Amino acid sequence: MVAVTLWGSVAAAAGGAETIDIEAKDIRELFGKLAEQYPGLEPLVENGIAVAIDGVIYRDSWSKELPRDAEIVLLPRLAGG
Amino acid sequence: MNFDARYAAQSFKSVGTRPIRPDGVDKVTGRARYGADFNMPGQLVGCILRSPHAHAKIEKIDTSKAEKLKGVKAVITATDLPDLTNGDAAMYDILDNCMARGKALYDGHAVAAVAAIDARTARQALKLIKVRYKVLPHVTDVDEAVKPSAPLVQNDVFTAGVDPRPTKPSNIARRSQYGHGDVDAGFGKADIIVECSYRTEQTHQGYIEPHACVASVNSDGTAELWVCTQGHFVFRQHCAGLLGLDVSKLRVTSSEIGGGFGGKTHVWIEPVALALSRKAGRPVKLVMSREEVFRASGPTSATSIDVRIGARSDGTITAALATLRYSCGPYDGMWAEIGAMTAFACYDLENVRSVGQEVLVNRPKTAAYRAPSAPMAAFAVESAIDELAGKVGMDPVALRIKNAAKEGTRSSYGPVYGPIGIGPTLEAVQKHPHMNAPLGRNQGRGMACGFWFNFGGQTCTDLNIGVDGTVTLAVGTVDVGGSRASLSLVAAEELGIPYEQVKAVIADTSTLGYNDMTDGSRGTFSSSMATISAARNAIAVMKERAARMWDIPVKDVDWEDGHARARGKKHGNLPPLSVKDIAAAAPKTGGPIAGHSELVADGAGVSFATHICDVEIDPETGATKVLRYTVVQDAGKAVHPDYVEGQYQGGAAQGIGWALNEEYIYGEDGRLQNPGFLDYRIPVCSDLPMIDTQILEIPNPNHPYGVRGVGETSIVPPLAAIANAVSNAVGVRMTHIPMSPPRILAALDGKKAG
Repeated sequence: MVAVTLWGSVAAAAGGAETIDIEAKDIRELFGKLAEQYPGLEPLVENGIAVAIDGVIYRDSWSKELPRDAEIVLLPRLAGG
Repeated sequence: MNFDARYAAQSFKSVGTRPIRPDGVDKVTGRARYGADFNMPGQLVGCILRSPHAHAKIEKIDTSKAEKLKGVKAVITATDLPDLTNGDAAMYDILDNCMARGKALYDGHAVAAVAAIDARTARQALKLIKVRYKVLPHVTDVDEAVKPSAPLVQNDVFTAGVDPRPTKPSNIARRSQYGHGDVDAGFGKADIIVECSYRTEQTHQGYIEPHACVASVNSDGTAELWVCTQGHFVFRQHCAGLLGLDVSKLRVTSSEIGGGFGGKTHVWIEPVALALSRKAGRPVKLVMSREEVFRASGPTSATSIDVRIGARSDGTITAALATLRYSCGPYDGMWAEIGAMTAFACYDLENVRSVGQEVLVNRPKTAAYRAPSAPMAAFAVESAIDELAGKVGMDPVALRIKNAAKEGTRSSYGPVYGPIGIGPTLEAVQKHPHMNAPLGRNQGRGMACGFWFNFGGQTCTDLNIGVDGTVTLAVGTVDVGGSRASLSLVAAEELGIPYEQVKAVIADTSTLGYNDMTDGSRGTFSSSMATISAARNAIAVMKERAARMWDIPVKDVDWEDGHARARGKKHGNLPPLSVKDIAAAAPKTGGPIAGHSELVADGAGVSFATHICDVEIDPETGATKVLRYTVVQDAGKAVHPDYVEGQYQGGAAQGIGWALNEEYIYGEDGRLQNPGFLDYRIPVCSDLPMIDTQILEIPNPNHPYGVRGVGETSIVPPLAAIANAVSNAVGVRMTHIPMSPPRILAALDGKKAG
């Protein structure tokens, strides 16, 4: 079980949920279960969502493992210049 | 593909040196080929008809007379770009922005386009297209647009991110919120509270080269696009999706780029050129005029921001709150959200909340502009921090150092920071001689901090070793800021060969795997990671070839200082083999030698900067002269310090223009009044002092060399640093950007009036 914190538009898409406990070993599993439990997140997951694991931001790495004691934060995917 | 991207504290031979730029001669002699410099046989000229109205229903478009004009080969409207977006709202907005569908949403919105044998004929044809509009009420001002009485830009937009879902449509497309702690409790602990509202006007990236492309669609379903872009792979996917082409059959080649700064991350004319070419059966060149660039390509947001900050009397911030309203043009965006994420990112705050509101207005679709949204948020917050320092009675730098984020701080946008550079940049500024230089009459000094995330992303690179031992590096991130030089240095470093033996090129979309675009300061960070990986793969091949040449096991071959070396005493008499030696033997030892890499470059290191600015105000005219400017920024590792300094200086120069002059001015009729460089004045060399730079290197732990992005952060502090300097010079807090002469005179008059 990992504790996932949702921020900004990601939290809003999950119906205001700010912290979710999910059994997931990697980012792919996390995304799958998030979309299953919170259908509002599915378009965000589909179009790209950022996962911060202990402060390091990952965008497209499904295989990245989620350590049990890690701090996991979901963020919207951003535009840059 | 496994690649260990962890930082390894190594010494460098090539990285960190300053060789001359590989594209310099072509650019100064005019040989470099930009977007409009490409031509194809039988090419037509494309032109776009644009709405003169800020908001209007398109009741009828009659193209019959234009189609009959001799020399006209195709006329298109939205019906020639059918909706293939399959429910993808973001793509639909792009489609609608490229060619209006039912309603014109801003002055300059494309409504039809023509391809003809020459520009004169095309322009004549535009005049023959008759559009019947029903003009609708419009709103262009961000504060006016959020009023309940404002005309609706889109009738079917209900504010997202609020619970319960609104029952009435609104120009506030979305609300987002960031922060942690208990802000109300934090303000309860404050001895001093500052509170103020700030505004910034809309600006354009102001790249020198207008958007330009040549499109050619063939009857067999294949197509080519030559285009000035920051991301040809992304353009390929967007154009293919909008036109129903197979991605693999659309070959996109990026030209040299005369500036982008985020404005060339978005398709504007390219789908139109492809649709014209498809209809005409001939190649079509489409080049925007400067007026079109201003009216119809993406500027940054206009903003209206409220900030409240509380602190104890010792300067410790107890609470920070901001509400940020950002204009998005007529389509939803995430510009206020990014502003909300970046606003307080420089500080270690126990209680913080920032709320973003995306505001629809009848202006062009907002696009990214260098660290998009962060400069405006920093202007508001850093102005308030200076006000707070004044009220607390602390030096502004000392107050910032006291509250600066550090390793382990929970950022205001969520994640906990690793090693970061905000503290070191502030300490460097505190010690900098600029801070103690004397000031004269009507002069003022200001400083401010800034933050940007930096991105990584999908990246693919090929490294090919020629038979003479020279190297071609093919990358897919468009070189907007000197990355070909930086990546050549990286390849030279890894292979142990001179920089001059590496030639980096930008490959087209048919010759390399997908790459995300060059945005988010990712070009050198991501492609250097892929280059290191590709070079190490090539070295593995060269070790195998050396083993064959020596007829020894590959496990006995080491790679050191650009040479294969036989390990151990039993091979002691074998002279080392250079890249050149191994390459020369390649035809007989297994054929071509190459290294390839495809990876997702994660772990981009966040970036911070602190700027110092001195200004002098002319109290008679309200004009501001920037006397001295210093940029201190963390680069992680400066691969090519000249280019890094250039990025620092460029960001400061753009920020100076934004702070003092640049502004979209709309008339009561909703039409842009100043779509040209004469009336929209960007700074030129004579407006600027030499911009001094100081590079700090706090390694990014997630890159082998410690590289962070450097391209964007330098535009974040200038609005605030200059506003603080001007405020100190005139003795009045300046809250409205740009601080143009009329606004400064008004501030001085207000001060006199008491």
